[in-house]
This record gives sequence, C-alpha cells and structure tokens, in this order.
Amino acid sequence: MRAVARVVVPILLALGVSGLVLLALGKNPLAYYSDVLSRGLLTWGGLQATITRMAPLLLIAAGLVVSFQAGIWNLGTDGQFLLAGVITAALTPVLVGIVPWSIAIILSLIVAFAVGAAWSLIPAFLKASYGINEIITSLMMSFLGTSLANVLVKISFRDPSTDVPQTQVLPVADRLPRLFGTTVHSGILIAIAAVVLVHVVMTRTAFGLKLRMVGANPRAAAHAGLNVAKLTFATFALSAGLAGLAGAVEILGVQGTVRADWNPAYGLLVVPLVFLARFHALGVIGFTVFFAVLMIGGESASRRLGVPQHFVLLLVGMLLLFLALVDYLDHRRRLMRASL
Amino acid sequence: MAAMTELASVPLGGAPSTTSVDGRAAIELRGITKRFPGVVANNDIALDVFAGEIHVLLGENGAGKSTLIGILAGLQQPDAGSICVHGRPVRIASPREGLDLGIGTVFQHMQLVPSLTVLENLMLGESSWQPLQRGPALGRFRELSALLGVSIDAHAPVARLALGEQQQVEIMHALWRGASVLILDEPTSMLTPQGVHHLGEVMKRLRDKGVAIIFITHKMREACALGDRISVLRLGRLVGSIDKHELATMSEQQVTDRVVDLMFGKNGQTDRGHLEPEGQTGRRNPSRIERRAAPLLRLRGVTTAAQPGECAVQDISFDLWPGEVLGIAGVDGNGQKHLAEVLAGQRAAISGSIVLREEDVTRGGVAARRQQGIAYITDERHGEGTVGTFSVATNLVAKEIGKPPLWWRGISLWDRIHLHAREQIQRHDIRTPSERTPIAKLSGGNIQKVLLARELTARPALVVFNKPTYGLDLQNTQLARERIVDGAARGVAMIVISNELDELAAVSDRIAVMFRGRLNGIVPNDENADRRIGLLMTGAAA
Repeated sequence: MRAVARVVVPILLALGVSGLVLLALGKNPLAYYSDVLSRGLLTWGGLQATITRMAPLLLIAAGLVVSFQAGIWNLGTDGQFLLAGVITAALTPVLVGIVPWSIAIILSLIVAFAVGAAWSLIPAFLKASYGINEIITSLMMSFLGTSLANVLVKISFRDPSTDVPQTQVLPVADRLPRLFGTTVHSGILIAIAAVVLVHVVMTRTAFGLKLRMVGANPRAAAHAGLNVAKLTFATFALSAGLAGLAGAVEILGVQGTVRADWNPAYGLLVVPLVFLARFHALGVIGFTVFFAVLMIGGESASRRLGVPQHFVLLLVGMLLLFLALVDYLDHRRRLMRASL
Repeated sequence: MAAMTELASVPLGGAPSTTSVDGRAAIELRGITKRFPGVVANNDIALDVFAGEIHVLLGENGAGKSTLIGILAGLQQPDAGSICVHGRPVRIASPREGLDLGIGTVFQHMQLVPSLTVLENLMLGESSWQPLQRGPALGRFRELSALLGVSIDAHAPVARLALGEQQQVEIMHALWRGASVLILDEPTSMLTPQGVHHLGEVMKRLRDKGVAIIFITHKMREACALGDRISVLRLGRLVGSIDKHELATMSEQQVTDRVVDLMFGKNGQTDRGHLEPEGQTGRRNPSRIERRAAPLLRLRGVTTAAQPGECAVQDISFDLWPGEVLGIAGVDGNGQKHLAEVLAGQRAAISGSIVLREEDVTRGGVAARRQQGIAYITDERHGEGTVGTFSVATNLVAKEIGKPPLWWRGISLWDRIHLHAREQIQRHDIRTPSERTPIAKLSGGNIQKVLLARELTARPALVVFNKPTYGLDLQNTQLARERIVDGAARGVAMIVISNELDELAAVSDRIAVMFRGRLNGIVPNDENADRRIGLLMTGAAA
C-alpha cells in the first residue's frame, strides 16, 4: 500500500501542478488531460500508435537499465540509435535483394546492435583505462554520431532517385510484419523480449550480479576479484547495442527510411523514465506506457488545444521532482519513527 | 593584548585539589539527553568531574562518548538536562563559550592547521582586531612547555612535527587561555608506546596542578593505569562509576571484571570465561612453530607503485610458516594497506617475488590468490569489504560469483545461496533480521562476522587481517582475536596488521614493524617486544 502511494501521490501532484501551469497559459487542464488520455489510449488508432511508439523506447530503456544498474551513465543513446538506424536503412534494402527476407532482417538487426556497440567503444575504453567520466564522453560521441548519421544520409547513402535527401526506402512489404491485423509491428515483441531478458539477466545470472556489484560499489567489486575493466566494456556494448537495436526496429517497423535531419531524440527522453522506475527493468514498462500515451496523446491534444509540444517534458520533469520529494519525506518519516 | 598578559598569570585549574575540601565538582552534568534521527546518543546522563582528577570515560564505539564531549565543547546542544561549571548553571552555546568557561578539548582527529607554525596555530582564535603580538604568545608558550615538560620549536610548521608532538601542541592549544578542564578524546590511537607513556606523565602533571581531566578511551589498560575515577557509558547511558577510593583498592583484574560487569551485565562474566586466551601479562603464550621446515610464504624485495596520498611498500622481504601469526605494527600510513593489497592480489608488485609453497604467485589477481588459499579481510568494511545495499546472503558469496555449486552455468541459484547464508548465519552467530537484510543495516561487529565467515570458510592456508578489531566492541574484539589464535593452532598462517600494540601482543608470534613503506625489523613477541617495537616505529634500529 505504501509503495503504491509513493508512486501515485507524486503523479497526482505532478498532474496538479502542471495543470496549474496550463491554467496560467489560459488552457483548460482537464480538457487537455482527457484529450491526452482518449487520443493516446482510449481510441483504437491512438492505442496502436502508442504501442508502436513504445517499441524503440523500451529497447533503449532496456539498455539503460543494464547501464545504470552497473553504475555507468550511457548518455550516448541518441547517437547510437541514429547511427544504427541509418546503417540499417542503407543496408536492409540491399540485403533484401540478395538473401531471403528473414535472413536479411535478422542480419540487419545484428548489424544494428554491433554498430551501436561499436559507437560506445571510445567512451568505454576511456572509462576503463583512465577512469574518464563517461557522461561527458558518451554525450560527445552522441553529437558526433548524430552528425555522422546526417552526413551519411546526405552523401553516402543518399537515394539518388528522390529530391529529398533520404536513404533508399524499404518497401512496406519488406518491413517488420504487422501483428494480427493491427498497425502495430512485431518490433514491439522484440522490445518486450529484450526488457524481460534484461530483467532475467540482471537478477538471475552471475553476469548480472557482477554488473550490479560494479554499479553499487566498484571498490568492493575490485576487492572481490572482478575484472572491472572487462565488465565496463561489456556494459557499454550491451547498453549501446540495445540502443542501436532500437534504431533498427524503428526504421524496419515504422519509417522504412531515414530522412536528412531526422532525429526523434528518444534516447535522452527515456533517461528520466528509467530513474522513475528506480532502474527496475519490469517497472520501466509501466512508465514507458505512461510516457508513450503522453507523447501520442500529447501530440494530437497539443494540436487541438494549442498547447506547446514540450509540455509533455514539463510533466515528466514535475514527476521526477515530486517523486524525489515524496521519497525524501518518506525516508525522514521512517527515521523519525525508528527513534521513538 | 592586555588579555594575554593577564592570562599568563592565571594559574591552571583554579583552586588546587578541591575534591576533599568542598567536594564540589568542576563540572556537574544532570539529565543530559541528546537525540539524533534513529538513535538516542545520550540518555539522561549524570556525571561529576572534579578538579585534580583524571576521570576516565570508558565505553565502546557507539556508547555516546563523542556526543557527550561535543556537548561539553559547545559543538552540540543537549535536548534536555543541565550543565554546571564551578557551581554555576551554564549554557555552552558554542566552542568559544566552552573555551571561555575554561573547558579545553583535544579531539581525536587533528584540528591544527598543518601549514601554519606551532605558534601561529596557538594564536588562532585571538581577537581579530589587534595586531599579532608574538611576545606575550611566546611567553605563554614557554610557560606551557615547562608545565607539560615538552620541548618543541615554536616556529616549526605543524606539518613537520611528529604525531606525538602535534598532540602536545593540541593540548597546549586547549590550555592556552587557562583551562580548568581538559578533555582528551581517544588520544592514544596514533602514538608509539613511549608516546603513550609520555602523555600519561603530562596528564599526571596537569592533574597535580589542579586541572580536571576527562580522558576518553575504549582501552581498559589505559583506563586502569591512568584513571582516578572511571565512568562507563553504554548505549547512551551511564551504567556505572568506580570512584577514586574504590579504584585505589582494586587490582587491574578486579577493575576489568567490574567494568565488563557494567558493560554487559552478568552475562558478560560467563561469556568472558573463555574470552581471554592470553596470560596474565596480556601477551600470547608462545607456540611452537616448526621453522626447520620450508616456509609457507616467502616475500623477497616486494615493491609497489607509489601513488599520491598513499604510502607504497619498498623492498619487503619476510618468511612465514604455517600456524604462525605475524603481527605488522606501525602507525597508520606507513605502507600497511599496500602490503595487505599486494598479498591479496589486489595490487600488483612492480618488483620482487611472492612465493607460496614453492610456487611463484607474484602475477595473478584476487581470484587466483583465493584459489591458491590466500584470504584477505579488509579494514574498510563499508568501503570495499561489503556492498551495503546487497543482502547479507549476497555479500557472503561475493567472492564466489559464478562458481558452482551456488551457480549453474552462470545462473544464480538463489535458493541455494540463501540456504548457504542461513547456515553461515547460524554457525557464526551473525545477528541479522534475515539473510536478505541489506548488510549496511548490521552493526560493525556483525559485518565483521560476515567477513570472517566469508574468508575463513574457504579453509585458506594464509589469512591477512587488516585492523580486524577496528571499531568493534569488546565482545567482538575478543571473538576476532580468538578466531585468529584458534586458526593458527590449526595450522593456518596469519598476518595481522594493526596499530594497537596490545592487540598484536595478544595474538602474534613475531611482530614486524612498518616504517615509511619498509619493514624496519621483526622481533619475537617477548617481554622486550614493546620497547623494541617503539623504537622501530620511529624509524630507529631496534
């Protein structure tokens, strides 16, 4: 009961305060929230769009859960996502012509994972060998990755047959299949499987325990004889690989191509969600649903009611703030109780 | 500096030997209570401190001694209770007010500014508006030096002084403005045996001048040797006192018994029956080590890389036989940590060799050393010994992650891991609500039991202990020492690193002394050991 209240109370507070902001903007918060809910969740089209949106978010979240539990702040997921997406967009149309479709898809996914992982090698090496803060290095790599992806789209992988700079479009027939006659593609299954796999690995395997130990107390990990450098590389590779996989899933499932300057920037958006879930893999699913509803519902509610798109970010920020506050007050209350 | 010259003529201690004259205490504490979130640090404490007396405050870590001292020094305010100084009720709202009342405190950790000279440190705290006048300060300095019987260069930078000298400057600082009460918080932890003796002499001189001295310690031997009055604190309460007259008539053993009684109640007595394996002198009874056979461990020329802020070891060589306990003495920071780590495989030796049972094991990390039978119990229980947020069960197997039988092909068999933990908890009497409790919630003593269980269960051939009883209460201290001696009797070689000489005397066969990263000498643990070790600790040859 206590645990539920600790999550619900901050959500209500966040919605309330954000509602006040809406009022200050001259908008009706209740109208906005009900619109978000109906268009994000309660209409059939909205629900499908939400679930589709969840696929890349969940994959990135799975990667961040691994990374954060191991105490490594992989903030380069945007670059990893985009670069892997671009390479997938360039590679898959070519592969489809050479090998059977299913092989092409599987190969593309593997390559995407590898590209994402490769893009994290430099921050991994700097951290493992010199202890250089990965927050800075991974963010920098993200900028580089985003720019490089753009250059690749505009120059190397540009489809000469179109006016708009973009990669060769993957025909709809060759993209990830839709599920049961809906518009939701099977990438969501890959995403959910990834999250569950991450959960199982982190909680039930020796490898996961080692990662968690490095994250909780690196000195104790060294004392226990763990190879911290090797585990650092492994963490980056897994985390960035999953971000790369997210890029591939988004291209193969939804976009089919990468247009120049396309960057949905899901990577950093997912970071607060992983914190809200306290790095718990299965918990992240709930917050991701919540956020996807906000994103999809917010997109159309914004258009209808004239609320800026970024309001969704305000809401997430408020949620983080109130969650931390409620957490702190609860903690103090427990300490006071114990001393009586 | 008119105030300075006045002070120069203020006698220390107010009226000499007031105890028998009017019986009024220099400090009277009544009903002192102080709470912090989750703990009552001082619970209704009543204490009398008399002039011309050394009043020992004895108690384990966590008993509330430091909090009480903080209140007297003006660093904390009690939640309830009253303080009377020389009969007047007072409120010590800040350290300055404490000093004004004549209460001087020497804390456990150095409060001097290392880059300033001795005299400059002593002059700190004077009025900011007046120009510095060294003359009167030097006069006062000489007066106090004579009183304490020390000779220190007033113009030496504090950083260059030895630890014992720094402490003497701190005592001077506490007495600078004419203190009638001097509080010393665990002053002997960093001193050589000679240093401890000298401190005792200084305290007695001050006492004879009429200063009331409060001496805080957790060491029984010092309490008996120096105390005129002993008060015992336990879990925030004053559980008893032995006053001057009683103390004079009791032997050290009787005092110890009485103190243990106060600390643990009647249970303490029965537990203590088997708690002191050493003889009357507190020294280990010599054991027979078969030195004609090949040694178990042989270090030759082991050197580690120097790092900023740490003391590396240089050219360390020694032999160790099965069943032998080698004590490593030395003031903190002389390379003991590096030695422990290089033995455990946590740190690479940049030159030299480590040979275990004829096999060169110099290369190879922690996992390899464990495999070969070397266990390491670190001094930093929270910093590196355990992961606070992990359960007791996980910590118990932290060095075996991935290995059968608790792991199968990399999959954690949590049921088996928890069963294993329950067995260990039972066997080693680890007090914890459950095996799944985060280990940070356990007391220091129980965390140490977890570490002991983890390392000793694997039946190692050699165990390295780094400060095994640091921060532990009396019972757990005795337990740890017992384990060491018992283990040695069963043929396990032990290396015990400690800065407490009576601990090393109680368990060691030989004692080595580390100084500036080198092994300055190894002496057998006999009657001459203390004196020789004291010399070696200062860098001299024994």
